[in-house]
Amino acid sequence: MSRHAGKFLPSPQPGTKPFWEGCRQGQLLLQKCDQCGAQQFYPRIICTSCSARSLQWVESSGSGTVVSWTIVRHPVSEAYAEDIPYVIALIKLREGPTMMSQIIDCEPESVHCGMQVSVCFQDWTDDVSMPMFRVCSDNDD
Amino acid sequence: MHNLRGKTAIVGAADTAVGKVPDLSPTELCVDAALRALADAGIDKDEIDGLVTCQSMAEPHMYHAETVAEYLQIFPRYCVTANAGGGTTFSTIRNAAAAISAGICETVLISMADSLRSGLTRAQAMAMQSSTGHPQFEIPYGPTVPAYYALIARAHMDRFGTTPEQLAAVAVNGRNYASQRAGAQMSEIITVEDVLQSRMIADPLHLLDCSLVSDGGAAVVLTSAGKAKEHRGNPVYVLGMGEGHSHEHISQAKDLSTSAAVQSGREAFEMAGLTPAEIDLAQIYDCFTPVVLIELEDLGFCDKGEGGAFVESGATALGGQLPMNTNGGLLSYCHPGNPGSMFALTECVYQLRGESEQRQVKAARTALAHGQGGIMSSHATLILGHEDTL
Repeated sequence: MSRHAGKFLPSPQPGTKPFWEGCRQGQLLLQKCDQCGAQQFYPRIICTSCSARSLQWVESSGSGTVVSWTIVRHPVSEAYAEDIPYVIALIKLREGPTMMSQIIDCEPESVHCGMQVSVCFQDWTDDVSMPMFRVCSDNDD
Repeated sequence: MHNLRGKTAIVGAADTAVGKVPDLSPTELCVDAALRALADAGIDKDEIDGLVTCQSMAEPHMYHAETVAEYLQIFPRYCVTANAGGGTTFSTIRNAAAAISAGICETVLISMADSLRSGLTRAQAMAMQSSTGHPQFEIPYGPTVPAYYALIARAHMDRFGTTPEQLAAVAVNGRNYASQRAGAQMSEIITVEDVLQSRMIADPLHLLDCSLVSDGGAAVVLTSAGKAKEHRGNPVYVLGMGEGHSHEHISQAKDLSTSAAVQSGREAFEMAGLTPAEIDLAQIYDCFTPVVLIELEDLGFCDKGEGGAFVESGATALGGQLPMNTNGGLLSYCHPGNPGSMFALTECVYQLRGESEQRQVKAARTALAHGQGGIMSSHATLILGHEDTL
C-alpha cells in the first residue's frame, strides 16, 4: 500500500459514506430515485432528474464505456510520479451516470473513446478502496 | 431583463508589467494596476466609490478588496472580491455595471493581480490549480488541469475530427500577436510543428497547447455613461453582457464539446443588438487551445465542429475575418491565474481606442471578450463598443 502514500484521499462525508463503504466491499454503489427511478452519481440528497429527496443505494453493474480519456505524462504531485503515465478517463456507466476514474493494467495508447471497461477496486489504505477500471476482454478491437 | 446596453463605459485601463515580476508582491501588483488605470482615466482615487478585486493565490487575504481599499486609502460604498477567475471576471463587470445602473455606486475600479510565477513554487501552483477538481470523485485519481482540458480536446476530436494541427494553430495565432505586443511573456514566433514537437503534457495537449504561469495584473475604471460623457479621451461602452453555467466538475458535464458559452453569447449579442458577423475583434479565453475552438463555435463565429478549420484558415489573424487574442492571450501574453481575463478586457479597450500599435485592428468599433472558469463550466461574455456604436 505504500505505493499510494501521499496521494489525495477522499474524505467521506455523511452523504457519501455508504458509497465509500461499498467500495471497501467491492461494490460500486449508485443512487436510485424512489419517485422517477433515475440512477445517479455522485451521491446527493436530491434526485438530479426530478428533485425528489427519497433515494436508495443500488449496486451498479460496474460496466461502462469510455467517453473521453487522456494520458497524464506529468504527475499532479510526487505521490503520483510512480504511476506515470496514467490514463484518466470519463466513463459512462451502463446505468446512465458518468464518473471519472483511471483505466489501469492497459497500454495507455490503446485506450479509445467507445471502449468497454469494467470496475475493479484498488486498496489505497485500510479504509479507502478506489474504484478503477480495466479494459473488458470482449472489446471487438 | 433590465437593458444595460450603453449604460456604463470604461474610461481607464492599464496593465502592469507581466511575466516575471518578482519586485512587487501580489497586493502591490494589484495596487500598481489600480494606480495605472486611474492615471489612464485621469481621475483622482477619491472619485472611486466602488472597488472589485480578485483573490490572490500567492498572497491571499480573507477580505481582499477591503485590504486593497485600505492600502489605497479609498473608502468605497461597493466593495467585492471575486473568488475565482475566468468567466467570473466578466461576471464582476456585469455586476458592477448593474450596481452603477441601480445607483448603488457611480465609478468602480476593477483591479486584479497575482504572482503565480514568483509567489508560488511550481508544485504549489500545480496543487492550487488542480484543486478545482471534485475532492472525493476526481482529485484522488491525480488529474492535472491540462488533463481535465485534454478530456475536452479528445471529445471534440472524436466527435468532429478536430486535429492536433488545428489545436496548434490556436497557439501559433496567439504567439504571432504576442510578438507584436511589447512586454509579452513569450514573444518568439512558433510554428505548428514547434507545438507538435513540444513535450506531451496530457495527450493530446502538448506544452505549447497550455497557457503560461505568470505574474501580472490589470485594471479598468468603469463608470456611468453620464459621467463618461464628461470624460476626456475615448470611453469604451459596455454594449452587451451574458453569463451561463452548466456544471462545475468536468465529470458532471452533460456535453464535453458544447459549452454554456452558447447561453452567455446569445444573451450578450441580444443585449448589444449585434450579430457575430458585426464583431470587429475578439479575445477568446485560451487557457488551453481546444477551449478556443469550442468557444468560437458556441459564440456563433463559425459552425459547430468547424472551430479548428476556422482558426487554421487564418480567419483569426490580423486582417482576417475575426482578429482574435490580439495581445497573445493566456497562451503567450500573460496568465497569472484569477486575473487572466482582465488582459482580454484591457486589450479590447486599447483596440477600440486605436492604441494597439502594430497589432491594431483597422477601424475597430466593436469587440467581444469571452471568459470561462472551472473546467469549461462558467462562461461570461462582454461586448464593448466605441462611442459610434451607441
